[in-house]
Amino acid sequence: MSDLLKMTATQAVFSLSQKEISSIELTNAYIDAMETTSALNNYVTPTIEIAKQMAENADKAYAAGSAGPLAGLPIGVKDLFCTKDTQTTACSGILKGFTPTYESTVTSQIWQSGGVMLGKLNCDEFAMGSSNETSIFGPAVNPWSAKDGAALSAGGSSGGSASSVAAGSALMSVGTDTGGSIRQPAAFCGVVGLKPTYGRCSRWGIVAFASSLDQAGPFTRTVGDSALIFSAMAGHDSKDSTSASVGVPNFSDVVNSSVEGMRIGIPGEYHMDGMDDEITRIWKQGRSWLEQAGATIVDISLPHTRYALPCYYIIAPAEASSNLARYDGVRYGNRVDAETLDEMYEATRAAGFGEEVQRRILIGTYALSAGYYDAYYLKAQQVRRLIKQDFDSAFNNVDAILTPTTPTAAFELGAKISDPITMYLNDIFTVPANLAGIPGISVPAGLSKQGLPLGLQLLAAPFREDRLFSVASAIETQAQFSLAPARAAGELS
Amino acid sequence: MSALVSGRTGDWEIVIGMEVHAQVVSNAKLFSGSSAVFGASPNHHVSLVDAAMPGMLPVINAECVKQAVITGLGLNAKINKFSVFDRKNYFYADLPQGYQISQFKHPIVGEGEVQIELADGSSHIIGIERLHLEQDAGKSLHDQHPSKSYIDLNRSGVALMEIVSKPEMHSAEQAAAYIKKLRSILRYLGTCDGNMEEGSLRADVNVSVRKPGEPLGTRTETKNLNSVRFIMQTIEYEVQRQIELIEDGGAVTQETRLFDTTTGMTRTMRGKEDAHDYRYFPDPDLLPLNFDDAFIADLKKDMPELPDEIKSRMVTEYGLSSYDANVLTEEKEVAAFYELASAGRDRKITANWMSVELFGALNKAGIDLAQSPVSPEQLGGLVDLISDGSISGKIAKEVFADMFETGKDAKQVVDEKGLKQVSDEGAIISMIDKVLASNQDKVDEYRSGKDKLFGFFVGQVMKASKGQANPGMVNQILKQKLDT
Repeated sequence: MSDLLKMTATQAVFSLSQKEISSIELTNAYIDAMETTSALNNYVTPTIEIAKQMAENADKAYAAGSAGPLAGLPIGVKDLFCTKDTQTTACSGILKGFTPTYESTVTSQIWQSGGVMLGKLNCDEFAMGSSNETSIFGPAVNPWSAKDGAALSAGGSSGGSASSVAAGSALMSVGTDTGGSIRQPAAFCGVVGLKPTYGRCSRWGIVAFASSLDQAGPFTRTVGDSALIFSAMAGHDSKDSTSASVGVPNFSDVVNSSVEGMRIGIPGEYHMDGMDDEITRIWKQGRSWLEQAGATIVDISLPHTRYALPCYYIIAPAEASSNLARYDGVRYGNRVDAETLDEMYEATRAAGFGEEVQRRILIGTYALSAGYYDAYYLKAQQVRRLIKQDFDSAFNNVDAILTPTTPTAAFELGAKISDPITMYLNDIFTVPANLAGIPGISVPAGLSKQGLPLGLQLLAAPFREDRLFSVASAIETQAQFSLAPARAAGELS
Repeated sequence: MSALVSGRTGDWEIVIGMEVHAQVVSNAKLFSGSSAVFGASPNHHVSLVDAAMPGMLPVINAECVKQAVITGLGLNAKINKFSVFDRKNYFYADLPQGYQISQFKHPIVGEGEVQIELADGSSHIIGIERLHLEQDAGKSLHDQHPSKSYIDLNRSGVALMEIVSKPEMHSAEQAAAYIKKLRSILRYLGTCDGNMEEGSLRADVNVSVRKPGEPLGTRTETKNLNSVRFIMQTIEYEVQRQIELIEDGGAVTQETRLFDTTTGMTRTMRGKEDAHDYRYFPDPDLLPLNFDDAFIADLKKDMPELPDEIKSRMVTEYGLSSYDANVLTEEKEVAAFYELASAGRDRKITANWMSVELFGALNKAGIDLAQSPVSPEQLGGLVDLISDGSISGKIAKEVFADMFETGKDAKQVVDEKGLKQVSDEGAIISMIDKVLASNQDKVDEYRSGKDKLFGFFVGQVMKASKGQANPGMVNQILKQKLDT
């Protein structure tokens, strides 16, 4: 059994196509793992029967020689993607019990490529959070334990997506990243997390948080697996006006291409005061690995970095305040009845939305209000352009940028939830990529003294995910990171 | 400036501006593929996007964009090659997204103009401030259940053009002429069906009053007027109300008002303090709208002729009076009917027959031109018989009445009833001779100076011919016979 869980997606595809294993065997191994790791609270809606059915179909496809690139691979889905006939809640009370009649573009592309759906994964409510603690279902738990044994956050918002892949209860998973929601939990859980270029993956059918920032991406155990599933997820979708009409190469082909001669930028502004020594150490380590692999390291400047977080915390809540207006109790989702329409709205939304979501709706509503719009939203959009320009000019000079993914390793559950500002600081290194619309990847690089995973982030110019994959795989090769969380379903590497 | 209204304290000038919501004629809604056709059962034209289901995204319907540009061209307006869709945020049960997608800072069409004509023959230019595209909301039905409201989302997401005039109208008559002309232009362009009863065209009317030469007064906005009569009533009522209010020492409050169709009065809907803060911001789900000169040029090429152009052609080429040309161009269908009926024959006679006989008969029967039993070709056939002297004008009226009744061709009626005009000189001479012979006494009286008897002889001859004798020839020959 544990051998099945040990396989990377790339290896599994090979074994499946060689008929060494069947998809139903592989899927059953993961279904068992979902059971044994259930204390991690990763799955909010397991879809065991659907998984078995899809696995059978995959086996038939292999037998018929018509298997797609992801055929038979067990995959978990963040509960922000609408899945046809399977409850989709965004981990919010207001949508609990909501079952879409439609399938998001990204997930339907994955199922069309033969992927097997294991279930819906835990996340922060409406993807708002950095610890998965705002979920109506309670937090997803990190399978890694610190030496003192305290339960750790899997990160957020895609906590369940990261934790399940790290714990061996999903071979791969999909999540979304609005300000770091893929990269930060990937770093916390020791897996690879990719936030693609804005416009690369269709947003159609994904519950919207902040439309100009949201982007779907995969969680995997290796860079190669990331390229494999990403190739299936990406592509233009006429149903999403912001989706880019850009060709999708087979990214698996570029994973192991050499970084020799590549120029890697190190942005001075990412040295934060009071940053963990261990983070500085792993960043330096990454830099020397890439040098050893033949890349040229260049010190660069991204002068507007310090404005990214405040800028993000205007734009994201502003868009969210409008995006979440549709959850009004009128057509679907939960309603609290009242005498008048206004009272019904108030009662429904007060009961249905959690504290963090309400906080962000209020911040966003305020930022867009008459008399404040120019000072907040408009100013934030101007700053956003400057941040994008920083990256544009940096990428005239370098092929990729190397930074830490997070300012710390995974923290204890409950440690930051009562202090939103400290929580928001978690996104300090990840937010700029969302504002600029550029792709970023977090790759596990080593362990902290506490024995917790630390991630390095790579950033590239728009639609240059190929560069991310080649640089990330160079780090992966040198880091020899061992995915061995204490609370995994079995041995994973 | 137009007519002033006199109050107790002197004359008042009226200032009117209008925001017209015109439903775009299109295959589908503005941002979804659902049908935009009126009249389906409730909630039958609703897509996942229209119902604002989670994760749904708007995609612009290119046809609606074209229609807006065509309308802009028809209003001689500036077309903005760059425009932006914004979200207008507010909560209402029939607004599924919790925001309306509209255009705020960067509309698709900028300044333009509409020319209006008034009954006194004067013509005025009314400026257009802007035209923008936006989504319609759904409909709330409050009378279906004692304590609940029902929601119909068929209209949710249907494309509207909001056409904003400058505050350049100064009487109810001007406002009526403006909305009629605007409606006519939209219908000629085929960008809005102009059906006010079904709500395809509705107006919000802004009214204020001021002493001539003073700055603009405080205005009120009366919402959602769906007939020309209601627009005029609203203006008349508001003007009186505001003047009385100010002359009694009060002040007009800036507010939104509703028109009560049963009382003809307006009443407060919401005051300024309850005004929504719409929190406009660019819709991040949509890219700015960008098109080039070639796109506009393409649409320009296929622009239909507009009423003003047709009218001037009718006056200069067809020799019609400005009044007739006006009557014939107000409605697109009328102009089309006339062009067909008059093609290749006497334009003036056709114009007369259409505006007098045909419209008279339609009016009497209470039906539209579209239901006319007489087709353009048939009316043209009647005009032909008049022009070539086959029938007299008098007979033609009889023939027309029959055509209108039976739907038969003019020629068929004339043949069946034997109404063809007698222009045979010999036949007319013999009829005249008979009449003169049997009225020798009257002939003598005439010849001795009683000129007035000429009409009597004409009448007798026409009677003898059952009205079919060519009246011109009868006159001429009679005169010869009597005077020699």
